[in-house]
Amino acid sequence: MNLIAKLEQEELARVAAGKTIPEFRPGDTLRVNVKIKEGDRERVQAYEGVCIARSGGGLNANFTVRKISFGEGVERVFPLYGPTVESIDVVRRGEVRRSKLYYLRDRRGKSARITERAGGPRGEAEKIEG
Amino acid sequence: MSKTSKRTGLVAKKVGMMRLFAADGAHIPVTVLQLDGLTVVGHRTVEKDGYSAVQLGSGAPKVKRLTKADRGQFAKVNVEPKKKVVEFRVDADMAPPVGAVLTADHFVAGQKVDVTGITIGKGFAGAMKRWNFGGLRATHGVSVSHRSHGSTGQRQDPGRVFKNKKMAGHLGQERVTTQNLSVVKVDAERGLIFVRGAVPGADNSWVLVRDAAKVARPAEAPVPAAFRQAEAAA
Repeated sequence: MNLIAKLEQEELARVAAGKTIPEFRPGDTLRVNVKIKEGDRERVQAYEGVCIARSGGGLNANFTVRKISFGEGVERVFPLYGPTVESIDVVRRGEVRRSKLYYLRDRRGKSARITERAGGPRGEAEKIEG
Repeated sequence: MSKTSKRTGLVAKKVGMMRLFAADGAHIPVTVLQLDGLTVVGHRTVEKDGYSAVQLGSGAPKVKRLTKADRGQFAKVNVEPKKKVVEFRVDADMAPPVGAVLTADHFVAGQKVDVTGITIGKGFAGAMKRWNFGGLRATHGVSVSHRSHGSTGQRQDPGRVFKNKKMAGHLGQERVTTQNLSVVKVDAERGLIFVRGAVPGADNSWVLVRDAAKVARPAEAPVPAAFRQAEAAA
């Protein structure tokens, strides 16, 4: 293994220590608990929406969550292993046929629905490699 | 050994870039530099050479590919032959002894360093790539020359192109120093230095790391250098 891959794995082990990241896919509805710093106080805010994309791998993995906030579409890209992501809950599992759900950006209401995937939310957490 | 006297720099190999996460969630892009058996192989003194410097060697070459003269030089100081030999100008009292193996904790986290490397060669490059010129328009009658540099001067007076006019030509593969990069962390055990941001040169190329010329060296940086004595050299 080259040195960079090794160092990235070490960094991943460091930032992911004590965290369990659930298995989820695009189409799933997630509740991301985000750490927010206000002055010297830190609190956790939930951000709930549909995961429309996962990108990157290993330490550099990201996921995009889209929600409609006060009638306005909002998308946030989170680093999967970022320290600001306190935890991720899978609220609902969706059945979709693409890995990137960018078509949802042009849709509203009924046509933007995603059918639920059989099995429902699973409790088992993804084993963090490394 | 005053606080301002000049320490030696280090020769390192650029391993590549990665990212680290800060506690507050910030991403820190870092370049990883690795020391490879970095050893003092000689001194230059004012009395003998007219200037004061240390000569450092790094990397393990195939001995049979060295000239006999080079082999003799290494044998004389009783140091394993080295692939890359570099001199750093230092003050006379700041030279670590010959045979000392320099370690990465020579630099401390938070310190500013200047990193010198040979940039990646780009070959013969046009004015847009080489000098960030805007090029010509995509439409409105421009033909064939969308990426050209345009005019190079005035008319009959002066009637010539001034020297140093920015034009197409060879780009890259030149010695470049990036100043004031911060050291994010060091790993003395494996000889790794994590420098914030990009460093000139391709991966696996040699780079020179020095205390920043424009920022004072921190007091906790080891003087004259961080080193250990070599284990019984061959």
